[in-house]
Amino acid sequence: MTDLTRLTVKEAGRLLRLHSISSAELVTAHVERIERLDRRVKAFLRFTPELWEKQAEEADERIRQGDPGPLVGIPMAVKDVLCVRGVETTAGSQILKGFRAPYTGTAVARLFAAGAVMLGVTNCDEFAMGSSTENSSYHPTHNPWDLDRVPGGSSGGSAAAVAAGEAMIALGTDTGGSIRQPAALCGVVGMKPTYGRVSRYGLIAFASSLDQIGPFARCVDDAAITLALMAGPDPLDATSSDRAGLDVLNNYAEGVKGMRLGVPREYYAVQGIEPGVKAAVDRAIQTFRDAGAEIVDVSLPHTDYGLAAYYIIAPAECSSNLARFDGVRYGISSDDAENVTEAYMRTRRKGFGTEVRRRVMLGTYALSSGYYDAYYLKAQKVRTLIKRDFDDAFQKCDAIVSATSPTVAFPMGSKTQDPLSMYLCDVLTLGGNLAGLPGISVPCGMSEGLPVGLQVLAPQWGENVALRVARAYEQASGVKAEVAPLA
Amino acid sequence: MPPLRNASSDPPTPASPPPSGPLPGERGGWEVVIGMEVHVQPRTRSKMFCGCAVGQPGDPPNSNVCEICLGMPGVLPVINKAAVEACLKTALALSCEIPRHTKFDRKNYMYPDLPKGYQISQYDLPMSVTGYLELDGRRVRVRRVHLEEDTGKLIHAGDKLHKARESFVDLNRAGVPLMEIVTEPDLRSADEARDYAVAVRTLLRTIGASDADMEKGQLRAEPNISIRRAGSTELGVKTELKNINSFRALHRAILFEVARQTEVLESGGTVVQETRGWSDAEQRTFSQRSKEFAEDYRYFPEPDLPPLELDAEWIEELRRALPELPGVRRSRLVSQYGLPTADAVLIAADRDHADLFEAAVAEGADAKPTANWIIGEVAPSGKLPKPGALADTVKLVSAGKITRDQGREVLAESVETGRAAAEIVARHGFAQLSDESAVQAEVEAVMAANPQAVADYRAGKKQALGALMADLKKRSPQANPKVASELLLRLLG
Repeated sequence: MTDLTRLTVKEAGRLLRLHSISSAELVTAHVERIERLDRRVKAFLRFTPELWEKQAEEADERIRQGDPGPLVGIPMAVKDVLCVRGVETTAGSQILKGFRAPYTGTAVARLFAAGAVMLGVTNCDEFAMGSSTENSSYHPTHNPWDLDRVPGGSSGGSAAAVAAGEAMIALGTDTGGSIRQPAALCGVVGMKPTYGRVSRYGLIAFASSLDQIGPFARCVDDAAITLALMAGPDPLDATSSDRAGLDVLNNYAEGVKGMRLGVPREYYAVQGIEPGVKAAVDRAIQTFRDAGAEIVDVSLPHTDYGLAAYYIIAPAECSSNLARFDGVRYGISSDDAENVTEAYMRTRRKGFGTEVRRRVMLGTYALSSGYYDAYYLKAQKVRTLIKRDFDDAFQKCDAIVSATSPTVAFPMGSKTQDPLSMYLCDVLTLGGNLAGLPGISVPCGMSEGLPVGLQVLAPQWGENVALRVARAYEQASGVKAEVAPLA
Repeated sequence: MPPLRNASSDPPTPASPPPSGPLPGERGGWEVVIGMEVHVQPRTRSKMFCGCAVGQPGDPPNSNVCEICLGMPGVLPVINKAAVEACLKTALALSCEIPRHTKFDRKNYMYPDLPKGYQISQYDLPMSVTGYLELDGRRVRVRRVHLEEDTGKLIHAGDKLHKARESFVDLNRAGVPLMEIVTEPDLRSADEARDYAVAVRTLLRTIGASDADMEKGQLRAEPNISIRRAGSTELGVKTELKNINSFRALHRAILFEVARQTEVLESGGTVVQETRGWSDAEQRTFSQRSKEFAEDYRYFPEPDLPPLELDAEWIEELRRALPELPGVRRSRLVSQYGLPTADAVLIAADRDHADLFEAAVAEGADAKPTANWIIGEVAPSGKLPKPGALADTVKLVSAGKITRDQGREVLAESVETGRAAAEIVARHGFAQLSDESAVQAEVEAVMAANPQAVADYRAGKKQALGALMADLKKRSPQANPKVASELLLRLLG
């Protein structure tokens, strides 16, 4: 009997349409695996049995009616920052404990409409602020490849769920690398689309100008189809593009023969990059060469300033975005305060964790009168320079390849006392957010027994290019995302 | 399209020199300087950034709300095009420049009536800049007109915030669109400030940008007031008045504030820069919030809304579609119809009345009596007759076919029933008796019925005539009063 939790979406879809399996069986197999493993992985924060029962039943009915939709009946996990009507949605924070969203966000609603079945809500760093999922106010998540190591973050729960075979696909959000980095550390595929490709309506905002929703999957095809079905214009998000979602699939199955792939020297030699990671990327580059791609040297000269600019812009936006968590309308609330200011302070002190408070304070400071020009405005100028870097690089190449993370999964607790070392996890990914580019991470082998991720960045609206390069690598290398060898 | 310029680098539009020295009605030796912020709710069906209805003042609390205007996690704003259109129309009517690029910004502060913890407003690139409003022949410079969203309302159990046991939040108004019209400090008296606010209301109603009903909170005026020694060119320390909900309150609040500041300065004190409220009950201003502890709003561009690139063609279309503005129409009513300026001012203040006037005159009614009927009858009634009905009524009364009282009834009934004036006159038998022989019979009857009055008159008590005329009017309302009184005099004499 096939292990239903090791299938790709495409394989499962074939079996579903052959009526060899039902969505209900597929869901049950995943739920059983979750029951067996998730006490150790802790990818999930909560489960949604009312949803999976109803949605699996509907999916099976749709399949009976001959619906060929590729996601009909596919079990999916959803990061705890995406609002789902009636489901407790907390952004990994105590401040939203007990908050049941009164509406479903656009991306999730579109996947529901496409027939996906929601298994539950996955863990993440509080308000998506972190790179290890250790900033979750509930519990950390463990890397399925080594339970003593982090899964990366902030979408660590979603990455771990897919890596552990607990979900076939999962949704994450990426503000500085929060999809690509955990995908790399957990050995799965994770994609951040172009800013504006997927509606942010229903995404609990961390940094509005950087946040994007994207998919996790165990192969490029699965990520591509999931993205295509949730992308596209949304009248509820003024920053969403009017480009059709299915555009991301244009020509994406063609190989890399004749393509020019840029290797940015600054990324290649980034501080703290592990030799094993470098070696895996070198092997990947050779694979591309062998497949007929031309490898070109490119430069992103302002890379060093990216991290600084990011840690001004993201906290500035978060300081404003998180102002609504005041205990007045929803979430926890301090009821023993003397006045409204004290109520705010007590609620927020009780509800927000250390990292969130740190960033709210950083951002408040950066936007303050007298400091705005020196910090926020300057950071925006750096952001423009970084965009220009990429524009220049894409004159010379069709896509950029690099490591996704300078390191493999690191031991739990090893960076929690040093925020700066944690921030450095995003050094290769956050440029893509600052420039609004699409980026994907695909597994490219192992180092010290742990997965390494290869990042492909493409020009704006070039998801199809990024997917094409990633898929070509997957085909040529034979390296496939595998379900982690958990007993 | 006007020249496109960046707001901050704009040289001010040259204004006519404000009159110097103390103005009549203000305290001697001091000059009053007022700048005005007027918040106006544009005429839209839905809120500024979501699809909720803008609602009415009496709606049940929190009935016009959704996840967006409640500031739920994960929601995003979308700009209401009708609000942008109303703002652009207003800006064009105020001769403002419309920069091609505009954007929204977040004004950050936490208060329970502000669900998101920030207000979406416009900071350094407003929708329009540097315009003016003509007021009694001089220009009041308009610095900017921009769009923002309103906040909700707090209701405190108990009369004062700090003593309240409980407070309730009503978010019906949260997210309602507001236009903010800001002048330069060009106003010089309470009268001018009030006249300016009234003129803004007239303008907004004329162009259909807002109903500007103060009682419904659709227009709120916030004057910044300072005084300085006559002849000085430096601005004094200003106070900003809030919570003003009528033109009368605006006028009184400014007079009070000017007197208060004068007294402070003349007794050697200094005016504190602050926000002051107006108490209608006590007829005085009171300190609300000192600007020394002013909040830092940490403005930054709203990342959820891309900058607006305004389409030049759309703006031209709006400009072309603007109706004749009140100031222009007022002048035309004088030159084209020979109306006295006072009448033209009153009629041009309401677009419906001005339209009615011109239509009725076009139907053959004389201009001056038509104006009289509109000012004296139509405006106080608050109801609009059809132009034909008004024209016919004016003509019938002017020709002496019906009395003025009957004319009022005809007009009222035509509004009520839509019937033509002639038909109403016929149904009521209002046609006046102007034929001398017919009136004579009536006059003789009155004389016969009032022998004492007749005797008195003939004995020299001329006031007895009044009693006779009154009785005649009662017995025979159709009798043409002019014909009747001539006949009466003749028969008595």
